[in-house]
Amino acid sequence: MITIMTTTGTIMLEDFLLRAALAGVGLSLATGPLGAFVVWRRMAYFGDATAHAAILGVALALAADLPVAAGTLVVALAMAVTVAGLAAKGWALDTTLGVLAHSALAFGLVAVSFLPQVRTDLSAWLFGDILAVSKADLALIWGGAAVVVALLVWRWQALLAATLNEDLAHSAGIRPDRERLVLVIALALVVAVALKVVGALLISAMLIIPAAAARGAARSPEGMALGAVGVGAVSALAGLRLSLWQDTPAGPSMVVAAAAVFAASALFGRMRRM
Amino acid sequence: MSLIEARHLCVRLGGTEVLHDISLAVEPGEIITVVGPNGSGKSTLLRALLGILPPAAGRVARAPGLRLGYVPQRLQIDRSMPITVRRFLSLPVRVTDAQAAEVLVRVGMDGSATLQMAALSGGQLQRVLLARALLARPQVLMLDEPTQGLDQPGEAAFYRLIEEVRAGTGCAVLMVSHDLHVVMAASDRVVCLNGHVCCEGTPQVVSSAPEYRALFGLGTHGALALYRHEHDHDHAQPHDHHHDHDHDHHGHHHA
Repeated sequence: MITIMTTTGTIMLEDFLLRAALAGVGLSLATGPLGAFVVWRRMAYFGDATAHAAILGVALALAADLPVAAGTLVVALAMAVTVAGLAAKGWALDTTLGVLAHSALAFGLVAVSFLPQVRTDLSAWLFGDILAVSKADLALIWGGAAVVVALLVWRWQALLAATLNEDLAHSAGIRPDRERLVLVIALALVVAVALKVVGALLISAMLIIPAAAARGAARSPEGMALGAVGVGAVSALAGLRLSLWQDTPAGPSMVVAAAAVFAASALFGRMRRM
Repeated sequence: MSLIEARHLCVRLGGTEVLHDISLAVEPGEIITVVGPNGSGKSTLLRALLGILPPAAGRVARAPGLRLGYVPQRLQIDRSMPITVRRFLSLPVRVTDAQAAEVLVRVGMDGSATLQMAALSGGQLQRVLLARALLARPQVLMLDEPTQGLDQPGEAAFYRLIEEVRAGTGCAVLMVSHDLHVVMAASDRVVCLNGHVCCEGTPQVVSSAPEYRALFGLGTHGALALYRHEHDHDHAQPHDHHHDHDHDHHGHHHA
């Protein structure tokens, strides 16, 4: 790991690489704690549905000549609120989420095909284009991540209590539905922010895999959230390195790096138990 | 004034009326047990009294500033969340290490602060849940089938603990249960529920009420006879100075 950091350090002289590295680290600040909640509450599919809706947001924003981030944020938020509302009404969540996640993606892809300028670089929206992150993108990523982190820190105790048991939280004066809304908003923000970095298809991967990798060594919820930030940041830098070295797509390379950390931590955990 | 009072409470869940015309008051310091068959609305009643479920008709009144302690039916600690007993006690209100250590001693879980919640046995978990509820210094302790999944000695020990807590803090206890004999012995008042209040009163009155018999059938007759035997035994020696010892004896008896 140390070699990776130092080598990355030497090539960070290039501006676009520095921006890419900062984008990856900034994103993992938000995906770490939020990813922990996604794992604890088994919201993986929920994350998928919200992220897939982002493609539709891109299409609508470009067609209406609006900023892409605003379009993705609005559509992702609409999707997340819809899903949360259906869940509260007791719909069969697995099926509903499956229908919504894939429909959102398909509708998005069809809508995008009407826009020639997007059609050419569709893969950038699906898998991210972290090497093309501009200064404005960077400000958006760090600003969005800061809002997500602030939101989660502010509601931390209530969110944890509501995650463990909603009735127990309610008896202590917490409104579990409001806490759920906090997570929904945070998720939509992360999707809007992460689109440029890892793309719509791999956002959930960056939520789930670092948190799952941090689970093994963690003794407390806070430890797991911080560990997920660390794993996410290291994966982002390592993925970037892999991408430069082997000319692989950057977003998927980050996920590959995170998966490798997860595999190592699972293996280590198993060996320790033997 | 009553701590919690339900007046003509009706609760609907998904269009079905689960509770009909319930009137019930919880007075300071009493132990009330709600018994009833599966699906009789016991947990629904508890959740309505807690304010989680809105009444479809009637009302629930709580004393102003009432401090509640709630022990849920079960807490599924997902293995994906690492959390120690100590950290759990600080949810949602943070407590000091001294407070945490003290309450763990009180529920007989001394030295368990650093254990992971997911590694606790059923009985240990119930005690930790009780400890967390006690940290709010509750005026009413509400327990939803607190001994589900415990063996009989564990059950008896847990109810003894509840009685100790009541004696120590003077809090009222509202408990839901479907296991009858052990729980009733510890109660001041029993409410027999089946969508509505079938009958209500001291354990002895309820256990001999025809409505109760109709609801629980003859299968429990033996257990009730056992219970009444003990109850009579208690009253036969009202001046017994070894009262606590008697309670211990009950526990072993049921085991």
